[in-house]
Amino acid sequence: MTVADTGTASATRVHRRRPRILRNLASKTASIPMVATVLVIFIGCTLWTVIYSFTKSRLLPVPLFETMPLFSIPVPHLLASDGSWDFTLITGLKSSSFVGTDQYDRLWGTRRWIVSIGNLGIYGLCSMTFSLVIGFTLAALLDRKIRFENAFRTIILYPFALSFIVTGLVWQWILNPNFGIQKVVRDLGFENFVFDPLYNDKYVVYGILIAGLWQGTGLVMCLMLAGIRGIDEDIWKASRVEGIPVWKTYVMIVIPMMRPVFVTSVVIIGAGIVKVYDLVVAQTSGGPGISSQMPALYVMDKMFKDQNLAQGFAASTVMLMTVAIILIPWAYFEFGRKKNV
Amino acid sequence: MNTNNFSVQIKDLDLAFGPVKVLRSLDLDINHGEFLVLLGSSGCGKSTLLNCIAGLLEPTDGQIFINGENVTWKEPSERGIGMVFQSYALYPQMTVEGNLTFGLRNARMPKAEIQKRVARAAEILQIEPLLQRKPGALSGGQRQRVASGRALVRDVDVFLFDEPLSNLDAKLRADLRVEIKRLHEQLQNTMIYVTHDQIEAMTLADRIAIMKGGNIMQLGTPHEIYNKPLNKYVADFIGSPSMNFLDGEFKGGAFVKGDVRLPMKGYEFQAAQTPDQAVTIGIRPEHVITGELVANAPVKMEAKVELIEPMGSDTLVWVRVAGEPFRIRVDGQTQLRNRETLTIGIDPARASLFARESEVRL
Repeated sequence: MTVADTGTASATRVHRRRPRILRNLASKTASIPMVATVLVIFIGCTLWTVIYSFTKSRLLPVPLFETMPLFSIPVPHLLASDGSWDFTLITGLKSSSFVGTDQYDRLWGTRRWIVSIGNLGIYGLCSMTFSLVIGFTLAALLDRKIRFENAFRTIILYPFALSFIVTGLVWQWILNPNFGIQKVVRDLGFENFVFDPLYNDKYVVYGILIAGLWQGTGLVMCLMLAGIRGIDEDIWKASRVEGIPVWKTYVMIVIPMMRPVFVTSVVIIGAGIVKVYDLVVAQTSGGPGISSQMPALYVMDKMFKDQNLAQGFAASTVMLMTVAIILIPWAYFEFGRKKNV
Repeated sequence: MNTNNFSVQIKDLDLAFGPVKVLRSLDLDINHGEFLVLLGSSGCGKSTLLNCIAGLLEPTDGQIFINGENVTWKEPSERGIGMVFQSYALYPQMTVEGNLTFGLRNARMPKAEIQKRVARAAEILQIEPLLQRKPGALSGGQRQRVASGRALVRDVDVFLFDEPLSNLDAKLRADLRVEIKRLHEQLQNTMIYVTHDQIEAMTLADRIAIMKGGNIMQLGTPHEIYNKPLNKYVADFIGSPSMNFLDGEFKGGAFVKGDVRLPMKGYEFQAAQTPDQAVTIGIRPEHVITGELVANAPVKMEAKVELIEPMGSDTLVWVRVAGEPFRIRVDGQTQLRNRETLTIGIDPARASLFARESEVRL
């Protein structure tokens, strides 16, 4: 009797089952805004930018299929008003908005862009290396059960709370030869001391780098410290019993165990590098000359100052492609491999 | 004093974290080849003591000797010890072989010697097929074996185990307990083993040190600890189900509580003369005599069954003696009914008598 009952109950439930699209309707509805955002902003706008980078847009985006007379046949007809003859032109259509890779040719022919790329390369490489090394070293030092750990951690993380504009301004003052470090050291009596990285086109990138590191390493340190703390205390005891030096334990055992933390840090630092803009604006505005130009600065200038939208789009497309070229193989190895195992 | 007779010797060891004293002037001598278990509930200082022996914690005062050598201020790696941790502490990115050899390679030991030691350890622990695997691909029991192997390849005289079986399920724990015992039989080196599991302690130990609040409450063979607990704490801690305690008076050679009178005939007193005083008597549930044997028991009494807890092999029966709840362990096949009256017998020779105030064995 009971068996039969359950049988009917489950049968009706199967019968009532709604079509796939209507199941979990509430959660699907709730995710619509996010899905829309992704489709419109991330994918839509990216595609739009890429497509328009092949046009000749200047102040405003051009209509994609602007017309231009390809051929014209004059058709005579009488004007109603005064009875005289007039000609109307019948025109053929031709897409004239697309200029092919012209914007890219121009981009790579611009010295300012080449300098930007070079600067970004130096800045990125140094920023990535030093952020990781300094961040990890600070975290390792803090991890050695020191006194006032919380105070140190706060002090080191504090710059992260400032905006890049403020950081840039502060460091512009510190590195300014007339008020900053150079002035202080000269006042101490070293009359010939020179330290003006922001005013020297050879070292200006490193001046920006200092400010960037000052701001960014705190966060990396906190991430690393959390990672180090997450490692089992027994691992340290085991390595001590085996007589492995502390530095070797860090390098050979702790760092490999912290792989996820390093991945997170690399992503955060990497994103910071690619979009470096405000720091440069606040410190040098790309000067002296064009010696501290960055790609993001180039894009902004082209789009909003030079009224050359398509050129800015082309530059940002190149930036996107560069990131994708680095990211896609990495993501493939990182996530694709795990699926196979 | 000649210290060479002992494998590990601890003299007057103190350890304090600020105002909190974790170990209090602790003395402990461990013989060569002995299996010593440090047993106690959490926070009793047993792991702290082990970490002091290993050199992972610096004692506030006192000395530690290993093989007659004062190692109080030596690095853990120079003390001639190997240690197995509760979480195993294997290096996850190295293979089993890498885990076994990392310390040796770091000490720049010749390759041939490393090979020899790894082969020996792998054979003893039967982990040869696992050598090229990573710890993540091993089961809990296998990881435990690798952790033991890492201590084994160090070729040391003293092994320290810090609750090595706590992370395993009950069945595996019983299996590995036997393996550790076998390992000790085979290697014959000194082993110091920390646990909170009294079965592990009883089965493995040559001697057990029961700790409480940074002191050793009793040090003795499992037999002594079980049969002649030196104080009420030890009596209560060891044995499952735990001992029955009755508060009463010691008067004229007998334990008296209300209308219950137990002449302590055959009981081995610690002192030649024991004055009359307030006492607590401890009787293990399994030492209460029931069934046909009651006829020969030195003391007999009637008790009414209040509750029955069958456990398969045994049955635990709750009765009331002198108005107090009292546990009796009987054979699992015994047929009993609630509210049935039972004749039970008690042998005072197997009971334990403690002074009520000091809780020390009389």
